[in-house]
Parts: sequence; C-alpha cells; structure tokens
Amino acid sequence: MIALLLRDLKLAFRAGGGFGLGLAFFLIVTVLVPFSVGPQSSLLSTIAPGVLWLGALLACLLSLDRLLALDWEDGSLDLLATAPLPLEAVVTIKALAHWLTTGLPLVLAAPFLGVLLNLPVPGFLWLVISLLVGTPAMSVIGTFGAALTVGLKRGGLLLSLLVLPLYVPTLIFGAEVARRGATGMETQTPLLMLAGITAATIALLPFASAAVLRINLR
Amino acid sequence: MSIAAKANALWEYANPRKFLSTSERVMPFFWMASAVCIVVGLVWGFFFTPDDYKQGSTVKIIYLHVPAALMAINCWLMMLVTSLVWLVRRHHVSALAARAAAPVGIVMTLIALATGAIWGQPMWGTWWAWDPRLTSFLILFLFYLGYVALWEAIEDPDTAADLTSVLCLVGSVFAILSRYAVNFWNQGLHQGASVMRTAAVTGADTEEKVSNIYFYPLMLCIVGFVLLFIALVLYRTGTEIRVRRIKALLARERVSG
Repeated sequence: MIALLLRDLKLAFRAGGGFGLGLAFFLIVTVLVPFSVGPQSSLLSTIAPGVLWLGALLACLLSLDRLLALDWEDGSLDLLATAPLPLEAVVTIKALAHWLTTGLPLVLAAPFLGVLLNLPVPGFLWLVISLLVGTPAMSVIGTFGAALTVGLKRGGLLLSLLVLPLYVPTLIFGAEVARRGATGMETQTPLLMLAGITAATIALLPFASAAVLRINLR
Repeated sequence: MSIAAKANALWEYANPRKFLSTSERVMPFFWMASAVCIVVGLVWGFFFTPDDYKQGSTVKIIYLHVPAALMAINCWLMMLVTSLVWLVRRHHVSALAARAAAPVGIVMTLIALATGAIWGQPMWGTWWAWDPRLTSFLILFLFYLGYVALWEAIEDPDTAADLTSVLCLVGSVFAILSRYAVNFWNQGLHQGASVMRTAAVTGADTEEKVSNIYFYPLMLCIVGFVLLFIALVLYRTGTEIRVRRIKALLARERVSG
C-alpha cells in the first residue's frame, strides 16, 4: 500500500501538470472574482468564504479525470486489480494520493488567497479547518466519479455532471463553517456534520468505487 | 396461493416475452384509467371547487404540482428498487425499467418546478427562492441528468446497467443527505407537508390543512398520475426491450453475413 502511495506521489510530482494545475486554477478563480463582482472590500469579505470554498471545490474537480485515467491507459490499473491488494485499498490509496497532491495544497493556499478577498481575520482559522476536514471527502467522492467514468473517451464533462451533485452536502456544510467562522458565530454543528460526511464517505465510498472499477475492468 | 408462491410469480415477468405480453394486455387499462382520473380530477378541480379566500384561483395549480412532485420522488424510488433487483438478480427487464423511468422522472421534476414557479410568482412574489424544498428538487433534477447522461455515454448495455445502478444507490444516499443539508442551510418559504398528514385528512387540525373540497379531486389527480407513470414506464420499457432485440438481431446478421 505504501509503495503504491509513494509511486502515485512520485508520478504526480515528476510528471508535472496535475499537481500545480489545481493550485493555479484556484488562484485564477479567486483573482477573477473581484473583476466580476466589483472591488468593494465589504462585499468581497462577505462572499470570501463561499468563493474560496467553491474555488477549492472546482480545482479539486479539475484534477479528477487524471486520477485513474493515466493508470487505465497504460494498463497498470489491470495489474493493480489482479494484485493481492484488494481493489478497495487501491482506490483508497488513490484518493489519499489525490488529496495529498491536490487537497492539501489547496488547504495551504487558501489563507493567502483569503487575503486577496479581504477575508475577516477570524475567518482564516475556520477556513483552513473547514477545508482540512472537507477536502478528503471531495477526493473520495471524486474517486468514485473517476471510477465510474474511467473507460469513457469523453468522460471529463460527464465526470463533472456526476460528481457535482454529490458534492452538494460537503459544500453546504463546509462553506457554512467558513462563513459562520468569518462572522464570529458558533461553528460546531456544521463542523460536526462536515466531519461526519467526510468520515462516512471515507468508510463507505471506497467499496462503491471498487465495485464500479471492477465492472469497468471486466 | 401462498405469499412465497406469489413472490415467485412476480419474477416470471423478468422474462422479457412474458413481460411484453402481459404489459401489452394491461397497458390499455392503465392508459384509459389514468386519462379518466386526470381529466375528471382536473375538470373537477378547476371548475367545481371554490377559489381559495386568500390565494384566489392560483391555488388550483396544486392539481398538477403535487402529483408531479410526488411522482418525481417516487420515480427515483422505483429506479432505486429496480436497480437493486438488477444488481442482485440480474434481470434485464429490471435494468431497462430503471432506464425507461428516468426521463419520465425528469419531466415530472420539471413539471413540479415549473408549476411551482408559476404559482410562486403571484403568491411569494418571486419565480424562484432558495427554499429547501425547491433546492432539493433542483438537486434531484441534477441527479436525474447525471443518471441519464451515464446511460447514454456507455456503449456496452450490461456495463451501463451496472454502473448506473451503483450510481443510483450512491446517488440516493447523497440525495437524502442533500435534503437535510439544504434544510439546515436555509429555512424556507414552502409550506410543510399538508396533504398526507393524517390530522389534515381527518380534519383534526384546522390550521394548515388542505380542506376536503380540494382533497378529493387532488387524490383523483394523484391516482391518475400514478397510473400514467405506470403506463409510461411499461410502454417505454417495452420499447427498450425491442431496441435491445433489434440490436441483437443486427449483430447476429453481421456475424452470419
């Protein structure tokens, strides 16, 4: 398992592209928002938590189609399926690698982009916490989507269509934590719900992803 | 017949030929009954019930809105059951029924959303509000879109049936989750359940009940929509079975030719 994780991380770092792309996308979305809604700092600080969450979500989505597609193309996915490691573990590791290369950098970059959007001071902590808790769920759900569409030639857009409705609860609770934190309200309830969603998806969804992948490898 | 024997008899319809012959025999009944119910219900509702003292005649859109919304949800439920049957027992008719039902569900969702918007404009003063019920229906619509898109995208029919079935199962969980998340996120304008509440039906509470004058034609419309849904799904499933047969015939011809 660790070998597979290291392999995926190495591929992500050395092959380039996927790793930095999500961050760059996040940066560009955040920079474009003031151009579209105007530069008033009061307005920006109101919408900052939501925009940052949406930006992180879209950046995560952008990198999903590379998650399994490369392994599918060069056939290593078939090898992994016949390896002694259960496929459930494989997809979990894939999701973890995706989170380490996409989710975690987004979490770390979010506070700096928060400055651009005039995020209120108490919001920084809660933004980071909510993203830290929420992004693993996005990686796991995204792995399910990627497993569904892995065999398709024009799967990219379909992947977005399938995954975005599944992101709704995560986005609602995650953005709620960040928004409440930024305005100084209590954040416990949405944070617990967000953590619950993340824990449940990590526990259950790999089975669905593996089942789907088996069907696609048939 | 014992219950077990009856349950076994149900599985006979997994045979496409048996399904087609029976569904074709009962379909005219469903078409007729649904047409009668909907026409009588709508005429009764539109012309022979009084206007609401607050809402005027706009209240009468309820005869389309409520049955369509009900069927939009129940259609997804039916797809969930048939998907499970396909995954467990591998009956092709079941998978095809789920495929056949999805577009009907999309149309029902759209009817519910559109009639709601038309009613909401004079009543709430807005076509759309991010109310929990409205939002959940929009999300349900997105789930339907994704489901149908996945069916269309995959060429191999068995793979498509498997993948869409799993998507339907996972999607159901997330749809319920979204429903509660949305509830948490925004308190709404939409009234609570007022048709199916027992207190409302028996008239025990006078607060928000749908009064009996509206209730009977509404029930008739709901029954009509249920029958219409069954007829449409039977018809569309039959079409899907025939499409599958034609493809098989063509493939056989190509091999032998």
